[in-house]
Amino acid sequence: MAKPLSHAPISCGVEKLSATDTQAGANSLRSGPDGRGRFGIFGGRFVAETLMPLLLELDAAYKAAQADPEFHRELDYYLKDYVGRPSPLWLARRMTEQLGGAKIYMKREELNHTGSHKLNNVMGQILLARRMGRTRIVAETGAGQHGVATATVCALFGMKCAIYMGATDVERQKPNVFRMRLLGAEVVPVTAGAGTLKDAMNEAMRDWVTNVHDTYFLVGTVAGPHPYPQMVRDFQSIIGVETKEQILAAEGRLPDAIVAAIGGGSNAMGIFHPFLDDPEVKLIGVEAAGCGLDSGRTAASIERGKPGVLHGNRTYLLQDDDGQITEAHSISAGLDYPGVGPEHSWLSDIGRAEYVGATDQEALDAFQLCTRTEGIIPALESAHAIAYAARIAPAMGRDQIIVINISGRGDKDIFTVAEHLGVKL
Amino acid sequence: MSRIARRFATLRAQGRGALIPYVEACDPDYDTSLATLRGMPAAGADLIEVGVPFSDPSADGPTIQKAALRGLKGGSTMKRVLEMVRAFREGDNETPIILMGYTNPIEAYGPERFCTDAKAAGVDGLIVVDMPPEEADLLAGPAAASGLDIIRLVAPTTPDARLPVVFSGASGFVYYVSITGVTGTRTASTDELAAALPRLRRATDLPIAIGFGIRTPALAASAVRVADAAVVASALLNTLEGTLDADGKATPRTVPDVLAQLRGLADAVHAVDKTDSK
Ligand SMILES: Cc1ncc(COP(=O)(O)O)c(C=O)c1O
Repeated sequence: MAKPLSHAPISCGVEKLSATDTQAGANSLRSGPDGRGRFGIFGGRFVAETLMPLLLELDAAYKAAQADPEFHRELDYYLKDYVGRPSPLWLARRMTEQLGGAKIYMKREELNHTGSHKLNNVMGQILLARRMGRTRIVAETGAGQHGVATATVCALFGMKCAIYMGATDVERQKPNVFRMRLLGAEVVPVTAGAGTLKDAMNEAMRDWVTNVHDTYFLVGTVAGPHPYPQMVRDFQSIIGVETKEQILAAEGRLPDAIVAAIGGGSNAMGIFHPFLDDPEVKLIGVEAAGCGLDSGRTAASIERGKPGVLHGNRTYLLQDDDGQITEAHSISAGLDYPGVGPEHSWLSDIGRAEYVGATDQEALDAFQLCTRTEGIIPALESAHAIAYAARIAPAMGRDQIIVINISGRGDKDIFTVAEHLGVKL
Repeated sequence: MSRIARRFATLRAQGRGALIPYVEACDPDYDTSLATLRGMPAAGADLIEVGVPFSDPSADGPTIQKAALRGLKGGSTMKRVLEMVRAFREGDNETPIILMGYTNPIEAYGPERFCTDAKAAGVDGLIVVDMPPEEADLLAGPAAASGLDIIRLVAPTTPDARLPVVFSGASGFVYYVSITGVTGTRTASTDELAAALPRLRRATDLPIAIGFGIRTPALAASAVRVADAAVVASALLNTLEGTLDADGKATPRTVPDVLAQLRGLADAVHAVDKTDSK
């Protein structure tokens, strides 16, 4: 793999397009998607004709940017001096002791500017949008972390910004709504459906199709039509690239398992991707089981969904027998989505990654465990990953290693958590 | 010759343009939408689009979104939609029916079984909003095997160089989405339409229908002056919505009001003399 230009010992570059990656050969699991934007049967470009020419233009612009060292230099600069990369890999000693099994490391994405992994992707896409001459940005958001990250770069570059957010999420993520407005973004509450991420995504697509002449749709996760799943994954792969270097430096070997929460799947894809060709590393995606995988109130698209087409791609979806999409449920707004990125669907089908669930209650417990043992208040999204790691760690040997992706910090969630703990703020 | 091709050939011979109204299945209930559908040919419909309700109509504006939700609440499933078309065919073997919807309900039904059952029910063509030519292989084979026309959408954003891609595998007619945007919002100006049509004509011999934003008889008439057909959806759905009672149920006004509006649109369209245009 061509070494990306970097400022720090740990490279801040985006993973090169897999097609140009000499190591990602024919047998590599990192060579997807194919020319049609497919990972196996998943992915694709299921959009209205109005958007199709824009996706083709975006694909070409992204390929050109990837091939341009200047783009990487610019991105590296912002990732280092603005986002604050690299993020540390933290050995969670007290949690390790308390669980009494595998050694637990945490990839500290919550330390990024704006408090989550979302800015890695947003920074890449905003630079691309600028190269493409777009002046207005639209985005969907669930927990508001992607919205905040997007509003942030729009402030940084002086661009117009409209953020679509489900009305339910506007209510449960008030601090982030205020943050976005402070940053100068217009936050548009969406009342359709259950007023969550799926509905926000529909509305953002409607805005884009209406304002194609000046607007860039800045997708926040590894879903949507091609090239978004690939592009967002590439921008997020910095997480896994750093993790690999850091764990090798700390332990001299790769971890036994990597655990990440799955909403659309961007923080997970980012940390998984550089390890896809290392079969000794178990990759575990933790979906939000909500009230339980079989409760009917869950966001576990891979475990409880069927393949179908929504928001521009074929993937596992929560849906009824007639192909109508059903509402997801999770305590965590960022995981409350009835779909998942197509690459995860493929990794699940081929058995390279394993997808499991953690319930609302398990996430709340893990939220407190992490806070009390490590002094790190994790996002409720990330707490799902912690919950599953805490479930498997005790049965693993003390010489084994788990890396948990701490995708975000939990300040935004303290109101939700307080409510569930019966505390009035 | 398919019903669609036959209908356009007849219209052309008569020097007339076509009006294509839209009815959402089971909106707000099965019987009302079937009664509307059955009344449409006598009210002047030349072809009819039947909307297949989908939970996430991301290319549609508020009017069709609401209609889709009412349809789902009214018990719409793909099976019910096909039943409705079959019931319509018992009394009308001539008016072409085009199903308009999104990919997922078709995929869930099974593309092959869907095409077979749709054809058997009396469906003539399919418009799948979120299935561009790049993804059309999902339906191309089964649709061709069943003799269903695939109606392709073209947009103002479609560059000339892409037109051959869009029209490859198209049959029946071509649907020109006259604005960049969702259904039922903005209206294209006469100038915009006049500019757009020649570039489409150069690329296809298929009849061209214009849709999105046609809400009045005057707009419908100006659309068929340049194109072969005008599609009207949101305007009719707004009328329907206005006749519903406080619980969203149909009232005795629902079917007659929609059909009366349709008659006004059809009269305007049919008054346009197209004998010297091709
Ligand atoms: C902190 C955090 N983690 C995870 C997610 C889930 O998204 P993804 O699965 O794309 O990483 C979100 C989404 O809002 C988030 O804010």
